[in-house]
Amino acid sequence: MTDPGQIPPAPARTPVYALVGNPNSGKSTLFNALTGLKQKVGNYPGVTVEKKVGTTYSQHGRPITVIDLPGTYSLAARSPDEGVVRDVLLGRRADTAQPDRLVCIVDATNLERNLYLVHQLLDLGRPAILVLNMMDLTAPAGLNLRVARLEHELGIPVIPCEAVNGKGLLELRLAMSRADLPLSRHRWEIPPAIAPAVAELQASLIENDGKQPLIARAEALLLLTDQDPVRVAGSTPLSEPTAGMLEGWKRRWQGEGVDWSGILVNSRYEAIGRLCAEVVQRAARASPAISDRIDAVVVHPVWGWLVLGVIMTALFLSIFTLAEYPMDAIDAGFAAAGGWVKHAMAPGDLRDLITDGAIAGVGGVVTFLPQILILFFFIGLLESTGYMARAAFIMDRVMSRVGLNGKSFIPLLSSYACAIPGIMATRTIEDPRDRLTTILVAPLMSCSARLPVYLLMIAALLPGDRVSVGTKVSLMLLMYALGTGGAFGFAWLFKKSLLKGAPPLMIMELPPYRLPRMKDVLLQMLERASLFLRKAGTVILGISIVLWFLTTYPKPAGPATPEQQIAHSFAGTAGRVLEPVIKPLGFDWRIGIGLVSSFAAREVFVSSMAVIFSADNYEGGKHGDVTPVRQSLAAARWPDGARLFTPLVCLTLMVYYVFAMQCVSTVAVVKRETNSWRWPLFQVAYMTGTAWLVCLVIYQAGRALGF
Amino acid sequence: MPSTLKLSQLAVGRRAVVFSFPGQGPAMVRLREMGVLPGTAITLVRTAPLGDPLEIQVRGYSLTLRKSEAEHVLVEPTEES
Repeated sequence: MTDPGQIPPAPARTPVYALVGNPNSGKSTLFNALTGLKQKVGNYPGVTVEKKVGTTYSQHGRPITVIDLPGTYSLAARSPDEGVVRDVLLGRRADTAQPDRLVCIVDATNLERNLYLVHQLLDLGRPAILVLNMMDLTAPAGLNLRVARLEHELGIPVIPCEAVNGKGLLELRLAMSRADLPLSRHRWEIPPAIAPAVAELQASLIENDGKQPLIARAEALLLLTDQDPVRVAGSTPLSEPTAGMLEGWKRRWQGEGVDWSGILVNSRYEAIGRLCAEVVQRAARASPAISDRIDAVVVHPVWGWLVLGVIMTALFLSIFTLAEYPMDAIDAGFAAAGGWVKHAMAPGDLRDLITDGAIAGVGGVVTFLPQILILFFFIGLLESTGYMARAAFIMDRVMSRVGLNGKSFIPLLSSYACAIPGIMATRTIEDPRDRLTTILVAPLMSCSARLPVYLLMIAALLPGDRVSVGTKVSLMLLMYALGTGGAFGFAWLFKKSLLKGAPPLMIMELPPYRLPRMKDVLLQMLERASLFLRKAGTVILGISIVLWFLTTYPKPAGPATPEQQIAHSFAGTAGRVLEPVIKPLGFDWRIGIGLVSSFAAREVFVSSMAVIFSADNYEGGKHGDVTPVRQSLAAARWPDGARLFTPLVCLTLMVYYVFAMQCVSTVAVVKRETNSWRWPLFQVAYMTGTAWLVCLVIYQAGRALGF
Repeated sequence: MPSTLKLSQLAVGRRAVVFSFPGQGPAMVRLREMGVLPGTAITLVRTAPLGDPLEIQVRGYSLTLRKSEAEHVLVEPTEES
């Protein structure tokens, strides 16, 4: 046990505080309040866990570093997020210095469960401060907390706080400025059944792993709760003697039928129970809490669906339609900028690089921003009000059919508008296998960029201007159904094979409803947008410029029409090389050019077709009238005079776009979100492979049936 | 021997006291870390609209778990007053 007299001296360098707490304890709000805009968001190397570091100032204006660790319920990690928290606090990560001191934040209305993590944290032997957040909600909940008593029992500063309106912040800053921040004097008895193991492991950790005595004791305790330790890339593993000793004890207990991890959790809760008996006074609550009354409607067997439907429709429509106005404005702005440069510069390769390569490429990146901003605004609202957990609760049964859990629902739904924000939204899924599965199947949900392709193909498929709207709509719905079915089918397949694992837990807190705090919502939204621009935007820009180059060079000698020019380019060559591969699907090399060039973005297919089949007076753009393109397509022939765009080919092409991964931006975002090129490349391969196979079956079967 | 049943069999709205965890495994450890321990009083508040997962009230907060997880928790229903 710690000698309370042995207080570590105040660090001479900038002190590093770790901010630790349960999810929904108001940790982000406190972090934002402490550091304001002085935050840096990055990644822990090797894992897709966000690293947030900020700076605050002591009462004398000296800087203090604050690491905002992900919200966690326990140091016995169940997800990469929690694994990072554990490993940073135990000093197991080379990329992050072990924090000198801790700020533990708890939800004061839910003290018992929140103190479980604090109880583990106090074992770490670091000076600590306890922040009782949401103090204003304790009285309405019928709770009276004796703060002085808690401070006395724990022996560390305990600060009542309302992070939402800044109350208690001054006191917290004062405490953080103290040079003599004490260690906790809380004592609890390690259950006798496991005490010898703790002592032995502690000794081994000190000797073989180079740990300080207190950390070693905390780690020894933790190793005994961690039944299935989550290993996180970039963290130092245990030394062999220690690992062997741990295995030995576990085997011995298993043989004797000792429930070691259960015993440890029980004894912690017993100690917490004694503490709470002293500190928490409960009054009978007069009326049921507001949250209960809201939930009576929001998760009601009938009204619950209605509420979910209304909220999801609002979310979906706003990414789908509301985002269109700023997106069109962005497109127009970049087109105008390109036009201006074209006008100002002498014609030549450099001018084309700037206008058609760089400006168009940047425009292609920025155009995603409205959807990302809107989706993350909504997600921020849903998370901070507490509805997000309810949506996952309601949808869990549906998602569990394919081996996912309810948290995959919103990312997949958002992907109907665009897979980019959808994939970015998978951060709310803790289980890494679930998250990866969701990322892998999200682009199969038919996004808005496929619409122009579908519309053009439906127009070409059903000649004549008086095709019933019903036929068009049912074809469209068929494509959406195919994509959705594909997404769920592959999710099921991946969870059965590649990403097999224990079924994801649904042990989740339903936090009380709270009013959202706009500052936090907006901050998170801007953070997402800036991460997208910095991390994914650069990759998208690079690939777009390469694709522009491929469709432009080499240039034919002498004057040439745009049609001849693209046929002469690398993309044209690629189309011809591809022809043997795509001929069984009914596609010729000119369609091949369309497939290659629309890898930049699916809607590019329409303008490529317009150029290749030299449609006159085609205006271009998303809302361009497809009639002239349709007419040119109808006139297109194979060398033997057979019609190229038969209805069967049009249908096959649509299906190809349902499944194929035709989007560099998605590739870039998946690369960023999975931190490797392996998964995006796998995704391109499996999606495009599926597209090819399905199209082969459809086309060949269609031919055999005489279409 | 008190009359116990699986948490997954408890009727909605009933109170119970957790009796034991016959099963092992990470889910059970996490459930205990969330404060569901032998001797803890819980109330089954409701099920999700499709009947699964369950929502329980424990130590003053709401916790969800799947039926498949609740099968590994034995509880002793308390008499309604």
